[in-house]
Amino acid sequence: MKRAGFTTTWLPILLLVPQLLIIAVFFYWPAVHALQSSFYLQDPFGFGSTYVGLENYTDLAQSSEYLKITRFTVVFTLLVTFFSLALALLLAVKADTVIRGARTYRTLLMWVYAVAPPVAGFIGLLMFNQSWGPLTDIARAIGWDFKLGVNFNDTATAMVIVSVWKQVPVNFIFFLSGLQSIPKSVREAALIDNRSASGRFWDVTFPLLAPTGFFLLIINITYALFDTFGIIDTLVKGEPGNNPMTLVYKVYVDGFRGNDLGGSSAQSVVLMVLVLALTVFQFRLVERRIHYT
Amino acid sequence: MKNFKISVAAAAFAMTANVAFAETNITWWHAMGGALGETVNKIAEDFNASQNDYQITPVFKGTYEEALTAGIAAFRAGEQPNILQVFDAGAATVIGAKGATIPVQDLLTDNGAAFDINEYISGVRYFYADSEGKMIGMPFNSSSPVMYYNVDALEKAGVTAPKTWEEFQSITAPALKEAGYTALSQSHLPWIFTENFMSRHNLPFATNDNGYDGAEGTEILVNNDAIKAHFTAVTEWQKNGYFEWFGTGWGDNQTPFEDGKVAIWLGSSGSFGGLSKKDLPFEFSATYLPYWESVTSEPKQTFIGGASLFAMAGKDAAENKATAAFFEFLTKPETQYFWHQETGYVPITKAAYQMAKADGHYDRAPAAEVGILQLSLPAGENTKGYRMGFYVQIRDVMNREYGRILTGETSVEDAFNNIEKEANQLLARFAKTQS
Repeated sequence: MKRAGFTTTWLPILLLVPQLLIIAVFFYWPAVHALQSSFYLQDPFGFGSTYVGLENYTDLAQSSEYLKITRFTVVFTLLVTFFSLALALLLAVKADTVIRGARTYRTLLMWVYAVAPPVAGFIGLLMFNQSWGPLTDIARAIGWDFKLGVNFNDTATAMVIVSVWKQVPVNFIFFLSGLQSIPKSVREAALIDNRSASGRFWDVTFPLLAPTGFFLLIINITYALFDTFGIIDTLVKGEPGNNPMTLVYKVYVDGFRGNDLGGSSAQSVVLMVLVLALTVFQFRLVERRIHYT
Repeated sequence: MKNFKISVAAAAFAMTANVAFAETNITWWHAMGGALGETVNKIAEDFNASQNDYQITPVFKGTYEEALTAGIAAFRAGEQPNILQVFDAGAATVIGAKGATIPVQDLLTDNGAAFDINEYISGVRYFYADSEGKMIGMPFNSSSPVMYYNVDALEKAGVTAPKTWEEFQSITAPALKEAGYTALSQSHLPWIFTENFMSRHNLPFATNDNGYDGAEGTEILVNNDAIKAHFTAVTEWQKNGYFEWFGTGWGDNQTPFEDGKVAIWLGSSGSFGGLSKKDLPFEFSATYLPYWESVTSEPKQTFIGGASLFAMAGKDAAENKATAAFFEFLTKPETQYFWHQETGYVPITKAAYQMAKADGHYDRAPAAEVGILQLSLPAGENTKGYRMGFYVQIRDVMNREYGRILTGETSVEDAFNNIEKEANQLLARFAKTQS
């Protein structure tokens, strides 16, 4: 196969420069800076600093608290990703078959997409208010003494629910358009072969949705790891206390609340490595099994 | 193009106009939101109206933590404000960074203002001072934890406000429970049940004179029998239905008191203004923080909480003169009395306190005086304050462990071992940032 290409080498480089410059200034430069800071303990005002080698990292490795936060982050990410994708897929499949009032349904389902994370968190705060939150009342009605901000598991539950609620519409939009791009002929052929709707879904629709699903999987893991920050900050009201928190929130708590620049830089480096590993893993292992059309 | 010319002309005119007035402009970054922020703006307006040489602009920067972080970032970029408000827990960070601020005492005396540290009320005097007793930060919004109580509830239960925790657990709390109330809630465990617990019982909080002698080698002394016994008692009260904990948030613990469900609430003397304005369905009053008779027979004064104002370094002499003039204005009895009346924060000078007294403020609202009276109780060797680096995180560790005690996830013993271990690690790390 003949590939289209440039005849000179300088033109593509020139065209790439603006993009590379942006990446260098806004990503590589701060990343190098974070890496450097992580080897120091420095006075926040920039007067004194001590080179401590890997101490910031060994402190993290020895901290049972950091380990607990890591464990929570993993569980939180899995739950948010799974429920966001599963609910969105269910809604998309159902909305896809609706004929009358389809636009209205779809618009209503996408609605929440426009809500900013801190606002979503604030709505969560109202819904789960300790004394008069409607969701708190529902939980109490079924015998669950729900206490946001007091009980670790209750607060974690609220975080997962609000994060999922905020993310479902994004996934819904992608799944719906994924479903609509499946050729009608394929569906009709499947209809002849298999009478069971769930059988058709798992054998035909689901594999054809895989590219969308893979893309969304990455997006959702990133969302749960990083973009839920605003929701968490609002739900814990800026006071970490005994509440659950994710690794990103911990970076903020130590770096921006506590002014421990060295410690929080080390944590960001750990996160960078984590994301890098995750990306490599996804592309190497998962993407191979997915067939794009 | 025509518009451009006009705006250039206007700009040029504005510049000459400024020169003609020769006003010095200074900025003040603070963390006072809502009604407090309006009072701050009023003070700034009054200062600007009181003279023609200086102009101060207050800027709201978010929470205490956000204001401090913004100030630090600005300092590193050379864009710092003239005055930065820093809260109690951030004091060690900003005082430790010598060269980041000008000690207010030097600023005032260098600019010809009268300064006598003994004019400040005793509980306020040394909290933001260095180990030699030189005032570094100007105390601004100063408060102390006090005990608010629902007068109607206590009457109904047939008890008076408890003086000691012994009285609380054997008489007050059972009677209040009988009358259908949760006896107690509090809004800030590290501040009320730890820092001020040490001060009230005159217990050392950290080595190196509570940390004032320097960050090097400072260790926290929080893991002691008196406070562990206190927290064990608190968990007992919780089991018996005398005490309820509503999470780390301040407001979540105050609301049940306002709703009349909780009879006694430990909050800030600075909460007085807000409570008075709320028109509660019951009469409330305030008194001193209780103490354990088993620990001390001579309870002492408490620490101040709240925040102070720091004069940032790196400004020219004219601006520093303006900052000094503003501090002079701020400490005038009239300004302090206004601030005290509006917000409930204590007046920081004796003169302002006398003025409030003479004006009959405390005849009208006796509870407004509790904070300042408590801060003026006898001092002990451990009551001037504490100075610990990374203290924001140390408080976070306390909040976390206390929360785990109160939700039954950990024992009092383990929690305090953890706090001691993690706090000392943080203090050692902080000491390394200072070299």
